[in-house]
Amino acid sequence: MAHPETPAFTDQKLETMVGNLLRAGVSLSAFVVMLGGVIYLVRHGRSPADYRVFRGEPSDLKSLGGIIHEVFGLRGRGIIQFGLLLLIATPVARVALGIWGFAAERDRMYVLFTCIVLAVLLYSLLGAGSAF
Amino acid sequence: MNRNNRARHAASALPRSSLAGSHELPKALIAVHFYLTKYGKLFTSGDAMNILEFTILVAAGSFLAGLLGSLTGLGGGVVLVPLLTLFFKVDIRYAIGASLVSVIATSSGAAAAYVKEGFSNIRIGMFLEIATTTGALTGAFLAAFISTKALAIIFGLMLLYSAYLSRRPRPRAERNSPPDPLATRLRMNGSFPSEEGGMRQYNVQHVPTGFSLMFGAGALSGLLGIGSGAVKVLAMDQAMKIPFKVSTTTSNFMIGVTAAASAGVYLARGYVDPGLAMPVMLGVLAGSMLGATILVKAETKVLRLVFSVVIALLGLQMLYKGFTGGI
Repeated sequence: MAHPETPAFTDQKLETMVGNLLRAGVSLSAFVVMLGGVIYLVRHGRSPADYRVFRGEPSDLKSLGGIIHEVFGLRGRGIIQFGLLLLIATPVARVALGIWGFAAERDRMYVLFTCIVLAVLLYSLLGAGSAF
Repeated sequence: MNRNNRARHAASALPRSSLAGSHELPKALIAVHFYLTKYGKLFTSGDAMNILEFTILVAAGSFLAGLLGSLTGLGGGVVLVPLLTLFFKVDIRYAIGASLVSVIATSSGAAAAYVKEGFSNIRIGMFLEIATTTGALTGAFLAAFISTKALAIIFGLMLLYSAYLSRRPRPRAERNSPPDPLATRLRMNGSFPSEEGGMRQYNVQHVPTGFSLMFGAGALSGLLGIGSGAVKVLAMDQAMKIPFKVSTTTSNFMIGVTAAASAGVYLARGYVDPGLAMPVMLGVLAGSMLGATILVKAETKVLRLVFSVVIALLGLQMLYKGFTGGI
Protein backbone atom coordinates (compact mmCIF):
# COMPACT_ATOMS: atom_id res chain seq x y z
CA MET A 1 0.00 0.00 0.00
CA ALA A 2 2.64 2.51 1.04
CA HIS A 3 4.79 2.54 -2.06
CA PRO A 4 7.91 4.72 -1.99
CA GLU A 5 6.39 6.85 -4.76
CA THR A 6 2.69 6.85 -4.02
CA PRO A 7 0.72 7.64 -7.20
CA ALA A 8 -1.42 10.75 -6.95
CA PHE A 9 -4.45 8.72 -7.99
CA THR A 10 -6.22 7.02 -5.07
CA ASP A 11 -9.15 4.68 -4.44
CA GLN A 12 -11.10 7.65 -3.15
CA LYS A 13 -10.75 9.58 -6.39
CA LEU A 14 -11.76 6.50 -8.34
CA GLU A 15 -14.81 6.06 -6.11
CA THR A 16 -15.92 9.62 -6.77
CA MET A 17 -15.49 9.17 -10.52
CA VAL A 18 -17.36 5.87 -10.46
CA GLY A 19 -20.16 7.52 -8.52
CA ASN A 20 -20.42 10.36 -11.03
CA LEU A 21 -20.34 7.99 -13.98
CA LEU A 22 -23.12 5.82 -12.55
CA ARG A 23 -25.24 8.86 -11.79
CA ALA A 24 -24.73 10.29 -15.28
CA GLY A 25 -25.46 6.97 -17.02
CA VAL A 26 -28.60 6.27 -15.03
CA SER A 27 -29.90 9.85 -15.37
CA LEU A 28 -29.33 9.86 -19.12
CA SER A 29 -31.01 6.49 -19.65
CA ALA A 30 -33.92 7.39 -17.36
CA PHE A 31 -34.40 10.58 -19.37
CA VAL A 32 -34.39 8.72 -22.69
CA VAL A 33 -36.74 6.02 -21.34
CA MET A 34 -39.10 8.71 -20.04
CA LEU A 35 -39.05 10.51 -23.38
CA GLY A 36 -39.86 7.31 -25.24
CA GLY A 37 -42.47 6.49 -22.60
CA VAL A 38 -44.31 9.76 -23.18
CA ILE A 39 -44.40 9.19 -26.94
CA TYR A 40 -45.51 5.59 -26.41
CA LEU A 41 -48.28 6.53 -23.95
CA VAL A 42 -49.57 9.42 -26.07
CA ARG A 43 -49.85 7.12 -29.08
CA HIS A 44 -50.90 3.85 -27.45
CA GLY A 45 -52.14 4.76 -23.95
CA ARG A 46 -55.73 3.85 -24.74
CA SER A 47 -55.03 0.44 -26.23
CA PRO A 48 -55.64 -2.57 -23.95
CA ALA A 49 -52.60 -3.83 -22.04
CA ASP A 50 -51.82 -7.51 -22.38
CA TYR A 51 -48.68 -9.21 -21.20
CA ARG A 52 -50.28 -12.51 -20.31
CA VAL A 53 -49.02 -14.31 -23.39
CA PHE A 54 -45.34 -14.38 -24.22
CA ARG A 55 -44.66 -13.58 -27.85
CA GLY A 56 -41.09 -12.30 -27.66
CA GLU A 57 -40.06 -8.96 -29.06
CA PRO A 58 -39.97 -8.17 -32.79
CA SER A 59 -36.45 -8.35 -34.23
CA ASP A 60 -36.26 -4.54 -34.43
CA LEU A 61 -36.33 -4.35 -30.62
CA LYS A 62 -33.81 -7.12 -30.07
CA SER A 63 -30.74 -5.88 -31.91
CA LEU A 64 -28.64 -2.72 -31.75
CA GLY A 65 -29.17 -1.91 -35.44
CA GLY A 66 -32.90 -2.48 -35.18
CA ILE A 67 -33.25 -0.31 -32.09
CA ILE A 68 -31.34 2.57 -33.70
CA HIS A 69 -33.54 2.24 -36.77
CA GLU A 70 -36.60 2.55 -34.53
CA VAL A 71 -35.14 5.59 -32.74
CA PHE A 72 -34.73 7.46 -36.02
CA GLY A 73 -38.31 6.61 -36.83
CA LEU A 74 -39.23 8.34 -33.52
CA ARG A 75 -41.03 5.22 -32.36
CA GLY A 76 -41.78 5.34 -28.61
CA ARG A 77 -40.94 1.71 -27.98
CA GLY A 78 -37.69 2.02 -29.91
CA ILE A 79 -36.62 5.07 -27.91
CA ILE A 80 -37.39 3.28 -24.63
CA GLN A 81 -35.36 0.30 -25.77
CA PHE A 82 -32.48 2.63 -26.66
CA GLY A 83 -32.65 4.10 -23.16
CA LEU A 84 -32.49 0.58 -21.74
CA LEU A 85 -29.42 -0.10 -23.88
CA LEU A 86 -27.77 3.00 -22.38
CA LEU A 87 -28.66 1.62 -18.97
CA ILE A 88 -27.04 -1.74 -19.72
CA ALA A 89 -23.98 0.11 -21.04
CA THR A 90 -23.58 2.06 -17.77
CA PRO A 91 -22.09 -0.77 -15.65
CA VAL A 92 -19.95 -1.77 -18.61
CA ALA A 93 -18.54 1.77 -18.73
CA ARG A 94 -18.06 1.63 -14.96
CA VAL A 95 -15.93 -1.50 -15.29
CA ALA A 96 -13.90 0.13 -18.08
CA LEU A 97 -13.36 3.17 -15.85
CA GLY A 98 -12.23 0.80 -13.10
CA ILE A 99 -9.54 -0.63 -15.39
CA TRP A 100 -8.30 2.88 -16.13
CA GLY A 101 -8.40 3.88 -12.47
CA PHE A 102 -6.48 0.85 -11.23
CA ALA A 103 -3.96 1.38 -14.03
CA ALA A 104 -3.48 4.95 -12.81
CA GLU A 105 -2.90 3.53 -9.31
CA ARG A 106 -0.41 1.08 -10.86
CA ASP A 107 -2.33 -1.79 -9.35
CA ARG A 108 -1.72 -4.54 -11.90
CA MET A 109 -3.63 -7.18 -9.99
CA TYR A 110 -6.87 -5.20 -10.03
CA VAL A 111 -6.35 -4.16 -13.65
CA LEU A 112 -6.33 -7.88 -14.44
CA PHE A 113 -9.46 -8.56 -12.33
CA THR A 114 -11.47 -5.77 -13.95
CA CYS A 115 -10.29 -6.83 -17.44
CA ILE A 116 -11.72 -10.30 -16.80
CA VAL A 117 -15.06 -8.78 -15.76
CA LEU A 118 -15.10 -6.53 -18.85
CA ALA A 119 -14.38 -9.52 -21.09
CA VAL A 120 -17.34 -11.45 -19.61
CA LEU A 121 -19.63 -8.44 -20.07
CA LEU A 122 -18.56 -7.85 -23.67
CA TYR A 123 -18.97 -11.54 -24.44
CA SER A 124 -22.52 -11.40 -23.09
CA LEU A 125 -23.42 -8.27 -25.03
CA LEU A 126 -21.67 -8.98 -28.31
CA GLY A 127 -21.11 -12.71 -28.43
CA ALA A 128 -23.91 -14.43 -26.58
CA GLY A 129 -26.59 -12.05 -27.80
CA SER A 130 -25.97 -13.19 -31.35
CA ALA A 131 -28.26 -10.47 -32.73
CA PHE A 132 -25.68 -7.80 -31.95
CA MET B 1 -45.20 -14.75 18.51
CA ASN B 2 -44.95 -11.10 19.35
CA ARG B 3 -43.94 -10.32 15.79
CA ASN B 4 -46.86 -12.21 14.32
CA ASN B 5 -49.29 -10.34 16.49
CA ARG B 6 -47.89 -7.03 15.42
CA ALA B 7 -48.15 -7.92 11.75
CA ARG B 8 -51.73 -9.05 12.20
CA HIS B 9 -52.53 -5.89 14.08
CA ALA B 10 -51.13 -3.79 11.23
CA ALA B 11 -53.24 -5.71 8.74
CA SER B 12 -56.44 -5.25 10.72
CA ALA B 13 -55.82 -1.52 11.04
CA LEU B 14 -55.59 -1.20 7.28
CA PRO B 15 -58.82 0.50 6.21
CA ARG B 16 -58.42 3.35 8.68
CA SER B 17 -54.77 4.09 7.99
CA SER B 18 -53.48 7.11 6.14
CA LEU B 19 -50.21 7.36 4.28
CA ALA B 20 -48.77 10.12 6.45
CA GLY B 21 -45.49 9.67 8.32
CA SER B 22 -42.70 7.16 7.77
CA HIS B 23 -43.86 4.92 10.64
CA GLU B 24 -47.06 4.41 8.67
CA LEU B 25 -45.09 2.74 5.90
CA PRO B 26 -45.91 -0.85 6.93
CA LYS B 27 -49.63 -0.09 6.83
CA ALA B 28 -49.22 1.72 3.53
CA LEU B 29 -47.49 -1.35 2.14
CA ILE B 30 -50.36 -3.60 3.10
CA ALA B 31 -52.81 -1.09 1.66
CA VAL B 32 -51.00 -1.12 -1.67
CA HIS B 33 -50.90 -4.91 -1.57
CA PHE B 34 -54.65 -4.82 -1.02
CA TYR B 35 -55.38 -2.49 -3.94
CA LEU B 36 -53.04 -4.32 -6.26
CA THR B 37 -54.87 -7.54 -5.50
CA LYS B 38 -58.13 -5.78 -6.26
CA TYR B 39 -56.82 -4.44 -9.56
CA GLY B 40 -55.21 -7.78 -10.34
CA LYS B 41 -58.63 -9.43 -10.03
CA LEU B 42 -60.12 -6.73 -12.18
CA PHE B 43 -57.46 -7.48 -14.71
CA THR B 44 -58.24 -11.20 -14.90
CA SER B 45 -62.00 -10.77 -15.04
CA GLY B 46 -61.69 -9.75 -18.68
CA ASP B 47 -62.24 -6.07 -18.09
CA ALA B 48 -58.68 -5.32 -19.19
CA MET B 49 -56.88 -2.15 -18.21
CA ASN B 50 -55.62 0.12 -20.92
CA ILE B 51 -51.91 0.75 -21.34
CA LEU B 52 -51.99 4.08 -19.47
CA GLU B 53 -53.67 2.61 -16.37
CA PHE B 54 -51.43 -0.43 -16.50
CA THR B 55 -48.33 1.79 -16.76
CA ILE B 56 -49.32 3.95 -13.79
CA LEU B 57 -50.13 0.98 -11.54
CA VAL B 58 -46.98 -0.90 -12.49
CA ALA B 59 -44.90 2.25 -11.87
CA ALA B 60 -46.49 2.72 -8.43
CA GLY B 61 -45.88 -0.91 -7.43
CA SER B 62 -42.33 -0.74 -8.73
CA PHE B 63 -41.68 2.47 -6.79
CA LEU B 64 -42.62 0.72 -3.57
CA ALA B 65 -40.56 -2.34 -4.45
CA GLY B 66 -37.54 -0.14 -5.12
CA LEU B 67 -37.97 1.81 -1.90
CA LEU B 68 -38.28 -1.26 0.31
CA GLY B 69 -35.61 -3.13 -1.60
CA SER B 70 -33.01 -0.48 -1.06
CA LEU B 71 -34.00 0.22 2.56
CA THR B 72 -33.76 -3.42 3.59
CA GLY B 73 -30.82 -4.31 1.38
CA LEU B 74 -32.80 -7.19 -0.08
CA GLY B 75 -33.22 -5.57 -3.49
CA GLY B 76 -36.39 -4.60 -5.30
CA GLY B 77 -36.08 -7.31 -7.92
CA VAL B 78 -37.03 -10.06 -5.53
CA VAL B 79 -40.59 -8.69 -5.22
CA LEU B 80 -40.87 -7.25 -8.74
CA VAL B 81 -41.30 -10.53 -10.58
CA PRO B 82 -43.98 -11.90 -8.21
CA LEU B 83 -45.69 -8.49 -8.29
CA LEU B 84 -45.83 -8.54 -12.08
CA THR B 85 -46.75 -12.19 -12.50
CA LEU B 86 -49.19 -12.61 -9.61
CA PHE B 87 -51.01 -9.27 -9.66
CA PHE B 88 -50.58 -7.99 -13.19
CA LYS B 89 -50.70 -11.42 -14.85
CA VAL B 90 -47.56 -10.73 -16.86
CA ASP B 91 -45.80 -13.73 -18.40
CA ILE B 92 -42.86 -14.62 -16.15
CA ARG B 93 -40.37 -14.20 -19.01
CA TYR B 94 -41.41 -10.59 -19.66
CA ALA B 95 -41.39 -10.02 -15.90
CA ILE B 96 -37.85 -11.36 -15.57
CA GLY B 97 -36.67 -9.22 -18.51
CA ALA B 98 -38.16 -6.02 -17.07
CA SER B 99 -36.91 -6.83 -13.57
CA LEU B 100 -33.38 -7.51 -14.77
CA VAL B 101 -33.12 -4.21 -16.60
CA SER B 102 -34.55 -2.25 -13.68
CA VAL B 103 -32.19 -3.99 -11.27
CA ILE B 104 -29.34 -2.31 -13.16
CA ALA B 105 -30.99 1.07 -12.62
CA THR B 106 -31.63 0.43 -8.91
CA SER B 107 -28.13 -0.74 -8.25
CA SER B 108 -26.36 1.98 -10.21
CA GLY B 109 -28.60 4.76 -8.90
CA ALA B 110 -28.13 3.83 -5.26
CA ALA B 111 -24.49 2.85 -5.70
CA ALA B 112 -23.70 6.35 -6.91
CA ALA B 113 -24.79 7.64 -3.50
CA TYR B 114 -23.18 4.89 -1.39
CA VAL B 115 -19.82 5.02 -3.13
CA LYS B 116 -19.51 8.69 -2.29
CA GLU B 117 -20.51 8.08 1.34
CA GLY B 118 -17.52 5.74 1.63
CA PHE B 119 -19.49 2.64 2.66
CA SER B 120 -18.92 0.38 -0.33
CA ASN B 121 -15.57 -1.22 -0.94
CA ILE B 122 -14.95 -1.14 -4.68
CA ARG B 123 -12.03 -3.57 -4.50
CA ILE B 124 -14.10 -6.28 -2.87
CA GLY B 125 -16.86 -5.49 -5.37
CA MET B 126 -14.73 -5.61 -8.46
CA PHE B 127 -12.93 -8.79 -7.42
CA LEU B 128 -16.15 -10.66 -6.62
CA GLU B 129 -17.72 -9.46 -9.88
CA ILE B 130 -15.54 -12.02 -11.66
CA ALA B 131 -17.64 -14.67 -9.91
CA THR B 132 -21.02 -12.95 -10.24
CA THR B 133 -20.72 -12.12 -13.97
CA THR B 134 -19.65 -15.63 -14.99
CA GLY B 135 -22.45 -16.96 -12.78
CA ALA B 136 -24.97 -14.59 -14.36
CA LEU B 137 -24.01 -15.68 -17.87
CA THR B 138 -24.45 -19.32 -16.82
CA GLY B 139 -27.85 -18.54 -15.31
CA ALA B 140 -29.06 -16.69 -18.39
CA PHE B 141 -28.15 -19.66 -20.60
CA LEU B 142 -29.88 -22.08 -18.24
CA ALA B 143 -33.06 -19.96 -18.27
CA ALA B 144 -33.73 -20.95 -21.88
CA PHE B 145 -33.97 -24.64 -20.93
CA ILE B 146 -36.16 -24.29 -17.85
CA SER B 147 -39.97 -24.26 -17.98
CA THR B 148 -41.88 -21.25 -16.62
CA LYS B 149 -43.38 -23.50 -13.92
CA ALA B 150 -39.94 -24.54 -12.73
CA LEU B 151 -38.86 -20.90 -12.79
CA ALA B 152 -41.82 -19.99 -10.58
CA ILE B 153 -40.92 -22.76 -8.12
CA ILE B 154 -37.25 -21.75 -7.96
CA PHE B 155 -38.41 -18.18 -7.51
CA GLY B 156 -40.75 -19.15 -4.68
CA LEU B 157 -37.95 -20.98 -2.87
CA MET B 158 -35.66 -18.00 -3.36
CA LEU B 159 -38.29 -15.69 -1.84
CA LEU B 160 -38.81 -17.94 1.18
CA TYR B 161 -35.08 -18.13 1.66
CA SER B 162 -34.75 -14.33 1.45
CA ALA B 163 -37.52 -13.93 4.01
CA TYR B 164 -35.89 -16.43 6.36
CA LEU B 165 -32.52 -14.76 5.96
CA SER B 166 -33.81 -11.30 6.70
CA ARG B 167 -35.38 -12.55 9.95
CA ARG B 168 -32.25 -14.26 11.22
CA PRO B 169 -30.42 -12.07 13.71
CA ARG B 170 -27.28 -10.51 12.34
CA PRO B 171 -24.23 -11.85 14.10
CA ARG B 172 -22.23 -9.08 15.72
CA ALA B 173 -19.23 -8.52 13.52
CA GLU B 174 -16.07 -9.52 15.32
CA ARG B 175 -14.31 -6.24 15.65
CA ASN B 176 -10.77 -7.49 15.85
CA SER B 177 -10.59 -10.56 13.63
CA PRO B 178 -7.00 -11.02 12.52
CA PRO B 179 -6.19 -10.16 8.90
CA ASP B 180 -6.54 -13.09 6.51
CA PRO B 181 -3.41 -13.56 4.34
CA LEU B 182 -5.34 -13.96 1.07
CA ALA B 183 -7.60 -10.97 1.74
CA THR B 184 -4.55 -8.93 2.62
CA ARG B 185 -2.82 -9.91 -0.61
CA LEU B 186 -5.96 -8.92 -2.51
CA ARG B 187 -5.95 -5.59 -0.63
CA MET B 188 -9.57 -6.04 0.46
CA ASN B 189 -9.38 -4.86 4.07
CA GLY B 190 -10.78 -1.41 4.51
CA SER B 191 -12.57 1.05 6.71
CA PHE B 192 -15.86 2.92 6.73
CA PRO B 193 -17.44 5.83 8.62
CA SER B 194 -18.91 4.32 11.83
CA GLU B 195 -21.93 5.49 13.79
CA GLU B 196 -19.74 6.58 16.71
CA GLY B 197 -17.85 8.89 14.37
CA GLY B 198 -14.44 8.28 12.87
CA MET B 199 -13.44 5.39 10.64
CA ARG B 200 -13.84 1.72 11.60
CA GLN B 201 -11.33 -0.80 10.27
CA TYR B 202 -12.33 -4.30 9.18
CA ASN B 203 -10.52 -7.40 8.01
CA VAL B 204 -12.06 -9.60 5.32
CA GLN B 205 -12.15 -13.38 5.93
CA HIS B 206 -12.75 -16.60 3.94
CA VAL B 207 -12.32 -15.22 0.42
CA PRO B 208 -12.73 -18.56 -1.46
CA THR B 209 -16.06 -19.34 0.26
CA GLY B 210 -17.34 -15.86 -0.51
CA PHE B 211 -16.20 -16.17 -4.10
CA SER B 212 -18.06 -19.47 -4.62
CA LEU B 213 -21.24 -18.13 -3.02
CA MET B 214 -20.99 -15.16 -5.36
CA PHE B 215 -20.97 -17.45 -8.38
CA GLY B 216 -24.23 -18.93 -7.09
CA ALA B 217 -25.66 -15.45 -6.50
CA GLY B 218 -24.76 -14.51 -10.07
CA ALA B 219 -26.37 -17.66 -11.48
CA LEU B 220 -29.60 -16.96 -9.58
CA SER B 221 -29.52 -13.37 -10.81
CA GLY B 222 -29.18 -14.50 -14.42
CA LEU B 223 -31.84 -17.17 -14.04
CA LEU B 224 -34.48 -15.13 -12.21
CA GLY B 225 -33.70 -11.57 -13.26
CA ILE B 226 -33.10 -10.43 -9.71
CA GLY B 227 -30.16 -8.75 -8.04
CA SER B 228 -29.68 -11.67 -5.61
CA GLY B 229 -28.89 -9.16 -2.90
CA ALA B 230 -29.83 -11.73 -0.24
CA VAL B 231 -27.24 -14.26 -1.37
CA LYS B 232 -24.63 -11.56 -1.94
CA VAL B 233 -25.12 -10.15 1.53
CA LEU B 234 -24.96 -13.70 2.92
CA ALA B 235 -21.63 -14.27 1.23
CA MET B 236 -20.14 -11.03 2.47
CA ASP B 237 -21.86 -10.82 5.86
CA GLN B 238 -21.61 -14.40 7.04
CA ALA B 239 -18.71 -15.89 5.12
CA MET B 240 -16.38 -12.97 4.61
CA LYS B 241 -17.27 -11.21 7.89
CA ILE B 242 -17.65 -7.82 6.27
CA PRO B 243 -19.58 -5.25 8.37
CA PHE B 244 -23.27 -5.09 7.47
CA LYS B 245 -23.41 -1.63 5.92
CA VAL B 246 -20.32 -2.29 3.85
CA SER B 247 -21.65 -5.62 2.58
CA THR B 248 -25.10 -4.20 1.79
CA THR B 249 -23.75 -1.28 -0.18
CA THR B 250 -20.98 -3.26 -1.88
CA SER B 251 -23.51 -5.91 -2.86
CA ASN B 252 -25.63 -3.14 -4.33
CA PHE B 253 -22.61 -1.83 -6.21
CA MET B 254 -22.05 -5.24 -7.82
CA ILE B 255 -25.65 -5.92 -8.78
CA GLY B 256 -25.59 -3.62 -11.82
CA VAL B 257 -22.60 -5.33 -13.38
CA THR B 258 -24.01 -8.76 -12.56
CA ALA B 259 -27.35 -7.95 -14.17
CA ALA B 260 -25.68 -6.36 -17.20
CA ALA B 261 -23.91 -9.68 -17.82
CA SER B 262 -27.22 -11.46 -18.38
CA ALA B 263 -29.22 -8.50 -19.73
CA GLY B 264 -27.53 -8.77 -23.14
CA VAL B 265 -28.67 -12.37 -23.46
CA TYR B 266 -32.23 -11.51 -22.38
CA LEU B 267 -32.48 -8.55 -24.74
CA ALA B 268 -31.33 -10.62 -27.70
CA ARG B 269 -33.89 -13.29 -26.78
CA GLY B 270 -36.76 -10.79 -26.83
CA TYR B 271 -37.57 -10.98 -23.10
CA VAL B 272 -37.22 -7.21 -22.60
CA ASP B 273 -40.46 -5.44 -23.54
CA PRO B 274 -40.09 -1.64 -23.61
CA GLY B 275 -43.73 -0.99 -22.69
CA LEU B 276 -43.36 -3.04 -19.52
CA ALA B 277 -39.73 -2.23 -18.70
CA MET B 278 -40.38 1.53 -18.87
CA PRO B 279 -42.71 1.89 -15.83
CA VAL B 280 -40.85 -0.83 -13.93
CA MET B 281 -37.46 0.78 -14.43
CA LEU B 282 -38.57 4.35 -13.74
CA GLY B 283 -40.62 3.32 -10.69
CA VAL B 284 -37.92 1.17 -9.13
CA LEU B 285 -35.30 3.80 -9.80
CA ALA B 286 -37.27 6.58 -8.11
CA GLY B 287 -38.04 4.31 -5.13
CA SER B 288 -34.48 3.15 -4.66
CA MET B 289 -33.07 6.67 -4.91
CA LEU B 290 -35.38 7.74 -2.13
CA GLY B 291 -34.45 4.64 -0.12
CA ALA B 292 -30.76 5.33 -0.49
CA THR B 293 -31.10 8.79 1.01
CA ILE B 294 -33.06 7.41 3.97
CA LEU B 295 -30.87 4.34 4.65
CA VAL B 296 -27.90 6.33 5.86
CA LYS B 297 -29.85 7.50 8.90
CA ALA B 298 -32.84 5.17 9.19
CA GLU B 299 -33.48 2.36 11.67
CA THR B 300 -34.74 -0.43 9.43
CA LYS B 301 -35.77 -3.06 12.00
CA VAL B 302 -39.56 -2.80 11.66
CA LEU B 303 -39.30 -2.36 7.93
CA ARG B 304 -37.27 -5.55 7.54
CA LEU B 305 -39.91 -7.42 9.53
CA VAL B 306 -42.79 -6.22 7.37
CA PHE B 307 -40.88 -6.72 4.15
CA SER B 308 -39.86 -10.25 5.11
CA VAL B 309 -43.51 -11.14 5.79
CA VAL B 310 -44.49 -9.80 2.35
CA ILE B 311 -41.64 -11.71 0.71
CA ALA B 312 -42.64 -14.95 2.45
CA LEU B 313 -46.28 -14.56 1.34
CA LEU B 314 -45.20 -13.87 -2.23
CA GLY B 315 -42.92 -16.90 -2.06
CA LEU B 316 -45.74 -19.19 -1.00
CA GLN B 317 -47.94 -17.80 -3.75
CA MET B 318 -45.23 -18.33 -6.38
CA LEU B 319 -44.75 -21.93 -5.19
CA TYR B 320 -48.48 -22.53 -5.35
CA LYS B 321 -48.73 -21.09 -8.86
CA GLY B 322 -45.68 -23.06 -9.93
CA PHE B 323 -47.08 -26.38 -8.72
CA THR B 324 -50.64 -25.81 -9.91
CA GLY B 325 -49.50 -24.45 -13.28
CA GLY B 326 -51.11 -21.04 -12.86
CA ILE B 327 -48.04 -19.31 -14.26
